[in-house]
Amino acid sequence: MSFADPAPKAGFRLSQLIYDTRYRSYTIQVVVLLLLVAVLVWLVNNTVANLAVRGKDINFDFLWGRAGYDIGQTLIPYTNDSTHGRALVIGLLNTLLVAVLASFFATILGVIVGVLRLSNNWLVARLMTVYVEVFRNIPLLLWIILVFVILGETRPGPKDFKVTQEMLDAGQQPAASMWFWDSVAVTNRGTNIPRPLLEHGIGSFDILGLPINLSVIATILVLFGSIWVNRILLRKASAMQEATGIRPTTWWKSLLIIVVPTLALLLAMGLHFEYPELKGFNFQGGLLVFHSLTALLVALTLYSATYIAEAVRSGIQAISRGQSEAAHALGLRPGRTMSLVIMPQALRVIIPPLISQYLNITKNTTLGMAISYMDLKGTLGGITLNQTGRELECMLLMMLIYLALSLLISALMNIYNNAVRLKER
Amino acid sequence: MRKSVFLGTVAAATLFAGLASAGTLDDVKARGQLLCGSNTGLTGFGSPDASGNWTGLDVDVCRAVAAAVFGDSTKVKFVPLTGETRFTALQSGEVDVLVRNSTWTYSRDTDLKLDFVAVNYYDGQGFMVKKDLGVSSAKELDGATVCIQSGTTTELNLADFFKTNKISYTPVNVADDAEALRQFEAGACDAYTTDASGLAASRAGLSSPQDYVILPEIISKEPLGPAVRHGDSAWGDVIRWSYFTMLIAEEKGITKANVDEIVKAATDDTNYDPEVRRLLGVDGDMGKLMGVDAKFAYNIIKQVGNYGESFEANVGTNTPIGLARGLNALWTQGGLQYAPPLR
Repeated sequence: MSFADPAPKAGFRLSQLIYDTRYRSYTIQVVVLLLLVAVLVWLVNNTVANLAVRGKDINFDFLWGRAGYDIGQTLIPYTNDSTHGRALVIGLLNTLLVAVLASFFATILGVIVGVLRLSNNWLVARLMTVYVEVFRNIPLLLWIILVFVILGETRPGPKDFKVTQEMLDAGQQPAASMWFWDSVAVTNRGTNIPRPLLEHGIGSFDILGLPINLSVIATILVLFGSIWVNRILLRKASAMQEATGIRPTTWWKSLLIIVVPTLALLLAMGLHFEYPELKGFNFQGGLLVFHSLTALLVALTLYSATYIAEAVRSGIQAISRGQSEAAHALGLRPGRTMSLVIMPQALRVIIPPLISQYLNITKNTTLGMAISYMDLKGTLGGITLNQTGRELECMLLMMLIYLALSLLISALMNIYNNAVRLKER
Repeated sequence: MRKSVFLGTVAAATLFAGLASAGTLDDVKARGQLLCGSNTGLTGFGSPDASGNWTGLDVDVCRAVAAAVFGDSTKVKFVPLTGETRFTALQSGEVDVLVRNSTWTYSRDTDLKLDFVAVNYYDGQGFMVKKDLGVSSAKELDGATVCIQSGTTTELNLADFFKTNKISYTPVNVADDAEALRQFEAGACDAYTTDASGLAASRAGLSSPQDYVILPEIISKEPLGPAVRHGDSAWGDVIRWSYFTMLIAEEKGITKANVDEIVKAATDDTNYDPEVRRLLGVDGDMGKLMGVDAKFAYNIIKQVGNYGESFEANVGTNTPIGLARGLNALWTQGGLQYAPPLR
C-alpha cells in the first residue's frame, strides 16, 4: 500500500515561476528589483539628458574657485579670497558647532526634566509636564524665529552702551551696560564675550588648510590625563571601601587632580583675556556670538530636551518598582537609588531613542537658514549654490555630507549602546 | 524583447523630457498664460497690492510680453521668487521669463546658461544707513555690520568694495530681502546694501523714511534686465522686442492715450513716419517675423504704455520712490536706453 503517488518527475516549467509557491516569492522579488532599477536608471538618465539639453554638465571644479563672499561667523580663518570648498568647511563646522552644543545641553536639560517629571512634588511634576507639552507641540521653526526676534528686538543697540565725558559730567547713566564686571555685552546683534588668548602658546600647524592649534590639543590631553588619574584614585577608594568598609574622603583630591594640572598649563602658556570694547559702530575685540547661533542653540535645546525628557521618563518607568523599593529597603537615599540602581538600568532603554534625537538635532540645524545662520545649508546650499549656479552638485554634496554625518553619529552611539546594554550570555 | 520595450520606454521618456523645453513661445501660447518670475515684493519694480494686482517696472515688461503674445496684457501669472531660487526656477522651466531686477553678469550669461535679452533699468549698488549714525560716505563704514541679501551680485560687490578700501565689516547674509530690511530696521545692522533703486523703493516702504539716508557712493554697475533660458533665441527675441517696442514708442512720442489717433493718422497718411507705420502694423506685418500678431506693438502701447509712462507711473519722481530718469533716459536725452531700428 502506498500512501501517496511518487511526485511527478517532470522538468521545470516556466509557469512554475508564478504558480509554484516554492518559486513565486523569488519571481516577485526579481520583478520588484528590476522595476526599482528601471526607475533609478530612468531618473539618472532623465537628469543627464535634461542637463545636456540645457548645455550643463556635472562638475565639482567650482569648489576650488574663489568664493568672493564674506561670512559673518567663522570658526577657522576665512576671507572672500578663500575657495568655495573652504566656505563649505566653514558651514560644516558651524553645523557641527551648533549640533554638538545643542546635543550636549539638550541631554543635560532632558535628563533633569525627565527625572523631575516623575517627582513626587506635585508642582514640579506638573510644571515639567507643561514645559514638555508646550515645547514639543509647537513647530521648532517657530521657536527659532521667536527666540531670534526677541533677542534682536529687545536688546539695545551697541551705541546705547556708549559713555561720553558729557554724560559722566552730567551724572547720567548710559542706556545699557555690560554684564559680569564689564566683560559681556549683549546687543541686538550678538553677544560679545571675552576671547581667551595665550601669551606664548605652543603654536599651530595646518592639515589640508585646517588650522590645528597645538595649545588646545595639549590642554585637552592634560585634562583627559587628569580625568584618567582621577578614575584610578576613585577605583582605589572603592577598593579600600570594599576591604575596610570605610570610604576615604576623595572630593578635594579629585578637585585638585582635575583642576591644577590644566590650570598650571594654561597659566604657563600665559592665558589672558581680551575684553570686548565699544569702538566705532560695534564692539571690537573679544568674541562675537551672533544671535542667529544663540537663537538656534536655545530653541534647539529647549525643543529637543522635551523629547529626551520623554525618553528618560520612559526608561525610568520601564524599571520595575521592586528595584527602587529594594534599594530603599537597603537604606539607600533617593538620590543614590536613582544614580546607582535606576539610571544604569534605565540607560539601556534610553540610549536607542537618544540616538535618533541626536540625529534629529543635527538635521534640524538646517532650520537655521530662517534666521541667516551660516551653516552648511547657508554656505554650500545657499550662497555657493547661488553664485555658481551648480544646484545639482551642491545638493548632492550636501545630502552626502548630512548622510555621512548621521551615519557617523549612529555608529558612535551604537558603540556606546553596545557598551552599556545588558550582556547576555 | 521585454528588455527592448523597456529601453524604448526609457529612451522615449528622456526624449519627451528634452522636447518639452524646445519652443517656449509655443508652450506659452498653448498654455494661454505667461509665467513670469517676479520679485517677492519690491515696490516700484514688482509687488502685488492689497487686492493681488501686480505693478512695477519689471511687471510692465511681463505685461508687454503678454500683450504681444496674446493681445491681452492680463494673461500673466506672476511667480514670486527669492534671490536664491530665481535662476533655478527659470532653468527648470517653472517660469518662462525672469524679470526680477536681476543683474546681467558674465558668469550668469555663460556659466548659468541664461540669456539676458535687454536692460530695462541701469542701476548701481548703494548703501542705506540710519540718519543718526552720522555717516555721510560709505568709506566711513569701517567696522560696521552690513545686511545683505545672499545669493546676489551685491554680496560680491560688497566684499570687493570693503577690500579695495581696506576697511572691515561684518556681513549678515539674509536669504530674503524683506527679512534683511526687517533686521536693518530693528537695528541688527548699521547699513543695508542693495541696488540704489531697491534702496529707494525699500526706504519708501519704511515706517519713517525721513530717518534714513542713502549714501552717495554707487559701488557697482548693475544692469537689470529680463532673462530667459539659453538656447531659445526665438523666445528671447519676443521678450527683447516687446521691451524695445516700449522704448521706440517713447522715442516716437506714442503713448497709451494717443496711440489710437496715431494709428488712424498713420493709416490715412501713407507719408507718415515709416517706422511708426511698421511698428503699429499699418505697413506690412512685423509680428509674423517673430511669431506674434501684426498688432503686437499696438497692443503693448495701448495696454501697458511706453517706457517713459511705465517709469513715471512706477518709480518716477512723482511716486514715493522718486527716482530720476538719469541713466535710464532715452539716448536722445542723454541716457542709455536705446532700441535698434525696427525694420
